[in-house]
Amino acid sequence: MSALDELRQLRRGGVQVRKSDNRAAFWFLAPWFAGLLLVTIGPVVASFALGFTKYNLIQPPKFIGFDNFARVLSDSRLHNALRVTFTYVLVSVPLQLACALGVALLLNRGLRGLAFYRSAFYLPSLLGSSVAIAVLWTQVFGTDGLVNRLLGFFGVEGRGWISDPDTALSTLIVLNVWTFGSPMIIFLAGLRQVPEVYYEAAAIDGASRWAQFRRITLPLLSPILFFNLVLQIIHAFQSFTQAFVVSGGTGGPSDSTMFYTLYLYQQGFSRFDMGYASALAWFLLLIIAAFTAINFWAAKYWVFYDD
Amino acid sequence: MTTRRLTTPVKHLGLVLIGFVMLYPVLWMIASSLRPGDEIFRSPGLILDGLQTENYTEGWNALTPSFGTYLLNSAVLVLGCIVGNLVSCSMAAYAFARLQFTGKRWWFGIMLGTIMLPIHVIIVPQYVLFSNIGWVNTFLPLIVPKILATDAFFVFLMVQFIRGLPRELDEAARIDGCGHPRIFLQIILPLMTPALATTTIFTFIWTWNDFFSQLIYLTDPDMYTVPVALRSFVDSTVATSWGSQFAMSVVSLLPIFLAFLVGQRYLVKGIATTGGK
Repeated sequence: MSALDELRQLRRGGVQVRKSDNRAAFWFLAPWFAGLLLVTIGPVVASFALGFTKYNLIQPPKFIGFDNFARVLSDSRLHNALRVTFTYVLVSVPLQLACALGVALLLNRGLRGLAFYRSAFYLPSLLGSSVAIAVLWTQVFGTDGLVNRLLGFFGVEGRGWISDPDTALSTLIVLNVWTFGSPMIIFLAGLRQVPEVYYEAAAIDGASRWAQFRRITLPLLSPILFFNLVLQIIHAFQSFTQAFVVSGGTGGPSDSTMFYTLYLYQQGFSRFDMGYASALAWFLLLIIAAFTAINFWAAKYWVFYDD
Repeated sequence: MTTRRLTTPVKHLGLVLIGFVMLYPVLWMIASSLRPGDEIFRSPGLILDGLQTENYTEGWNALTPSFGTYLLNSAVLVLGCIVGNLVSCSMAAYAFARLQFTGKRWWFGIMLGTIMLPIHVIIVPQYVLFSNIGWVNTFLPLIVPKILATDAFFVFLMVQFIRGLPRELDEAARIDGCGHPRIFLQIILPLMTPALATTTIFTFIWTWNDFFSQLIYLTDPDMYTVPVALRSFVDSTVATSWGSQFAMSVVSLLPIFLAFLVGQRYLVKGIATTGGK
């Protein structure tokens, strides 16, 4: 059962409280409570307060009212960063999940060598967020890179995929799609839960492969698809390393790989404009929360729960 | 069933092809790191004429201190994070899975919510806090959050696991007069080694790869970890020395690959049950 199912079920049924457990729970949860206060929820609240200040870490924070939030609305580089990030999320996540589901379907139903294939396809997911792979990507999609070498064999003239603002973002989308292995494994686990008898019954009734997929696999898999969608969208919003390395920290060429997180990093940790960076962080939280809320709302119409 | 028999080889062929295309860039990087520098641009193939290790020696010593220091730094950091996660997350998980305390559902909901909280949202005030107490350029801002069970993903993973253990065991121990600390240490903890293994391996890989927070907190070259050093190496060298960049990239990926080989089983199980990366 996934974290999302847990959240759904929290609304139901009460928990019996055993008073004698309270003391023990306090001690067992002490580190977690401290973390909540100092590392997670505390900073969320603090960043809201910092958002109303001008603060460069050296002079004490100065209250400037809504200036930072107003700046969010008028900052055209930020709006470009939003466009880049939305494009990245909305293109790469569906492609990634389509690949994950497609390959998972190929691997399903007792294919020999499953474990081997699963590992091979999963490996990129582990490597994908590393600096090393970003370095590799810089070469592979560079002017003298591997892709252009291979295209040269077929007589196709390549270009500097990363140095061209029209294609730089696409190379990062390809990189994200390349890491389809982890949602694929979640799909595989879900596919294993679908009872084989459903397919047998459908086959006897003369249902085509496509009809079986449409009427059996997809509905039964929809909670898993939903789970992957929520997770991968949140994940994609947080992409940073690849854009940072590929663009040498600039988000270039011409801001074409300027992810929201990269812009936030530049404001906070290159220019040390902590107030504005805090406002940006809050805005990011709102965006991710909005996307997740829309996802949950839309789920009512397409996700099938059989409980 | 004749169509099945026909489609299976085609399926295998397709899968092998997809896998090959996907892994080709990585294999090519490994091959290229063992070639003389000027050949990288000319050879898109994988076959080597001979083994050239000069890229490795050149890359290893390109920065001061040498790459060995960064590997050691990363290793120390990873070890600290693993220990932190194992101790704190298992304690929190025991409470959520086995104790009936006031407001449990509420706290549990908050815990699940923090799984989805991106680091970017909290990094600014966190940095302000840690820089004010002088922790920048130490591993503390990276390890202490783990000691405080902030990787809620693992808390959840362990809660799931503990729930699957038979309750009769703790009930019996309680009747024999065991308190919660002993039930946790002597009964639950030994039984949850698979979940601990999954946590170890994921913490290893995620911490090893993590760039964002290490970039922010570690600015002194002596404290650089592998990803930060690699990036600074790439920035400092002109585009011509791909050989040594590739060599150090391979070095940086090697531990991940080894962890993958050793821990595949736990990785797959961990993702399948909770949906990690």
